[in-house]
Amino acid sequence: MPFYPTVLDLDVAQEAARIRETIARTVRAEFRRKGAVVGVSGGVDSALVLALTAQALGADRVLALLLPDKDSSPLSALLGQQAADALGVATMTVDITPALTALGCYVQRDGAVQEILPSYDPTQDTLKIVLPTDLLERGSLNRYSAVVSGPDRPERRRVLTPAAYLRIVAASNMKQRTRMLTLYFEAECRNYAVVGTANKNEYAQGFFVKYGDGGVDIQPIQHLCKTQVYQLARYVGVPAAIIERTPTTDTYSAECTQEEFYFRLPFELMDLIWYGFEHELPASIVAQALDLTAEQVGRVYGELGQKARSTAYLRAAPVVIGPAAPQPALVGAVTRGASDE
Amino acid sequence: MSNSEIEPTMRAFLSRNFFLDPGVTLGGQDSLLESGIVDSTGMLEIIQFLEEQFGISVDDLEVLPENLDSVVNLIQYVGRKRAAGGQAA
Repeated sequence: MPFYPTVLDLDVAQEAARIRETIARTVRAEFRRKGAVVGVSGGVDSALVLALTAQALGADRVLALLLPDKDSSPLSALLGQQAADALGVATMTVDITPALTALGCYVQRDGAVQEILPSYDPTQDTLKIVLPTDLLERGSLNRYSAVVSGPDRPERRRVLTPAAYLRIVAASNMKQRTRMLTLYFEAECRNYAVVGTANKNEYAQGFFVKYGDGGVDIQPIQHLCKTQVYQLARYVGVPAAIIERTPTTDTYSAECTQEEFYFRLPFELMDLIWYGFEHELPASIVAQALDLTAEQVGRVYGELGQKARSTAYLRAAPVVIGPAAPQPALVGAVTRGASDE
Repeated sequence: MSNSEIEPTMRAFLSRNFFLDPGVTLGGQDSLLESGIVDSTGMLEIIQFLEEQFGISVDDLEVLPENLDSVVNLIQYVGRKRAAGGQAA
């Protein structure tokens, strides 16, 4: 199989038409819904999905929901609104901070951070969770650290203990799950479907929350890696300010890129190496085309395989058990055939 | 503690912590990551265990498969760290 740096280039017109047709058919004919809601984050994925959904169903049958919490960047809401305005789609903003406070999200998360960094003060410091981003240079394994800093307060960094890591993740996941609840509430009030915004990087590498942002009715860009999302976003006219914004998690109070939180590589490189990994191309062929060493590509292959394996649970549907085997008929029982005769 | 003494401690931890099937024996060179036994959380658990059980400090630069991704690698890594007095191995 050939490999070249433009191997992921799309026929954008054809791909956009294919996605619009799927959204329209699914919402109208299969699910018999009257429209759709889309959670809009101010990022390129949700802006693209909003555009494709509005083009597929008509702007008047789409509601863009902005669901910030107190840690969200104000820029996210601004850009989300801009994306909807450009399409003529109605918006609704629901601040999920009170719900998260009631659920204990912030108390749990901040308590876990304070266990390892007692000087962390959520009223003065911002927080982010990071991985090393030097994947190409070292085959280091994933070891998360908390990084906190504030005005006139030095940056402090500490490796997370397993207990702190799990509690921070579980608490943070309440955000995506609360957004899912809100999306479904607004959708059900209108007999609408919920359209998801996960891309292929997020889905296949497990960068989503099960029954959170993974809890939707349709995932129209789940087959597209991030660089392909950008191609389509330019084609459908997503505002430049959104396209040019560095992808962030927008989950923690400090600005945190998706590269430093999870992916560990720039998307332009990761997507191409991933293509090689998926198609089982020798690392040397990919390395040659991308001006890397086979060892570097091999490290990324290892990381991609590891993330796919360890997050399979997130993608799995609930396991169900088949019907129990019928018991042998009791001696003397009247069978249907016998009684009929 | 010699490497031969470290091994049963290490194996008992892996078996207990990762809920391994008692009928399956982990090969010394088997990759803990590729076999699906260990994920990101599991790696943090292994590091915490090494630091608490063997009194060593695992530096970020040492969080590598060649140190931590099999029973043999773990045993050798702990042996080197202890020989170096807990310093970088």
